[in-house]
Amino acid sequence: MLVRHAHADSRGRRTAAAWGPPLVAVACALALWELAVRAGLLSETSFPPMTETVAELFRQLGTAEFWTAVLNTLQGWALGLGLAILLAVPAGILVGSSRLAYRALRVPIEFLRPIPSVALIPLAVLVYGTGLESKVFLAVFASFWPLFVQTLYGVQDVDPVVTDTARSFGLSRFERLWRIRLPSAVPYIATGVRISSAVALILAVTAELVIGSAGLGRSISVAQSGGAIDVMYALIIATGMLGWLLNILATRGERRVLHWHPSQRELPA
Amino acid sequence: MRRGRAGLGLALEITVPIALLVLWGVWSASGDTFYFPPLTDILQKFQELWLFDRVGSDVLPSLERLFLGYAIACLVAVAIGISLGLSPLLRRATSPIVEFLRAIPPPALLPFAVVVLGVGNAGKVFLIAFVCLWPVLLNTIDGVTGIDPTLRETARSYGVSGRDRLLRIVLPAASPQIFAGMRTSLSLALILMVISEMVASTNGIGFFVLQSQRSFAIPEMWAGILLLGLLGYALNLIFLLAERRVLAWHRGARASALG
Repeated sequence: MLVRHAHADSRGRRTAAAWGPPLVAVACALALWELAVRAGLLSETSFPPMTETVAELFRQLGTAEFWTAVLNTLQGWALGLGLAILLAVPAGILVGSSRLAYRALRVPIEFLRPIPSVALIPLAVLVYGTGLESKVFLAVFASFWPLFVQTLYGVQDVDPVVTDTARSFGLSRFERLWRIRLPSAVPYIATGVRISSAVALILAVTAELVIGSAGLGRSISVAQSGGAIDVMYALIIATGMLGWLLNILATRGERRVLHWHPSQRELPA
Repeated sequence: MRRGRAGLGLALEITVPIALLVLWGVWSASGDTFYFPPLTDILQKFQELWLFDRVGSDVLPSLERLFLGYAIACLVAVAIGISLGLSPLLRRATSPIVEFLRAIPPPALLPFAVVVLGVGNAGKVFLIAFVCLWPVLLNTIDGVTGIDPTLRETARSYGVSGRDRLLRIVLPAASPQIFAGMRTSLSLALILMVISEMVASTNGIGFFVLQSQRSFAIPEMWAGILLLGLLGYALNLIFLLAERRVLAWHRGARASALG
């Protein structure tokens, strides 16, 4: 009992130590923003005061259009990431499990990978129009590569002793893939999913902004061209929060899936 | 057996890309798909446009923005990263701000850049710099915090001055990580260059590609996409070569340590 109390107490102090400085820093940053605008250091035509922006953000949270835009963006993100996972993981396993396939495709992969996916925006508009399909196409193309390359490396990075042991125990090729190669590739795949999740969101917002598919990106650009600067700021902040939220979810998910893996053991729960 | 397989691998490595190109050429040669013009047309347009007709009007302005934004980002990120890396308190305090700013999808900041900095070069350079900042910053922090404490303490106990510690110990020890961040940022810089040129712009490769699409100049559009692909590939290659040169000491040290 006593031990638990002491534990809880030190934990409380630790939480305070962990949360204190960040809270102070955030408060300072927000106050600085407010003061700089009020004092005229930043022109009010391009920087609305912090309090007004936050008030606008809360007003936005109460409107249906805002939530429709969020859902549209999330839809593009989810479809893009989902399809990318469905395509990239099997492709990565396939190419990664065969030395010959890997060598045959290495050059085309290395060439396609650095192509900025946004270069394909015009093509997407031509082939898929300006709706959801274009958004998903761009998100899939962009988030495919990190995931594919991660899977490829993961499948290849198997301890040779383990594979040799499995072979000498007479495991079939399929069993070796299922029981050894895949589990050892899971950390790589999880990292790939985390990276791809951020990329898919970026491409969804890009598509909304550049080609005008419905979503947060389009709302931001509409607010900007309509001169509603405070709405624009509020929506940019909301988009940032969405990105942050998805990052946290991805990191949590990764930790949960990989609780058995040595790389996660050192981390505090 | 092994030698034979290695030979086969090499053969595949050379023939498969060529075969894919030929396949594309043959498939598109019929020209009955409007959006996918014959490869030969694209290559011909590529030669007309980029060798070297529009280099001065589109390619150079694009590259100027790219490198300016990238250079600013790297300098700022390394400076901030080292100070955050050396101070745990500062690092903890700023982490929510860093995490939030980093999570904003960069294109969402494009309207912001237009409002604050206008449609000229400044907005585009700002956007590129802003986005390239984060990978370098986070990697610098990781690199600095990962320095062997013995190394730091030894330097201090030998009375190495603060400036020398920074330049001779902290910076070199963190540089492999910093380079990893810079490599990630380089591809981001190219992406943001294209996006920023697609919105509110009058020149640049991104502008050209979107404009070609809007006027249904399909081979021109493809030539632009091809150029962007080649640019991405070339930048990555140049960076890897530069990294190998700068970090030669590191590779050597690693190799000997690993036996």
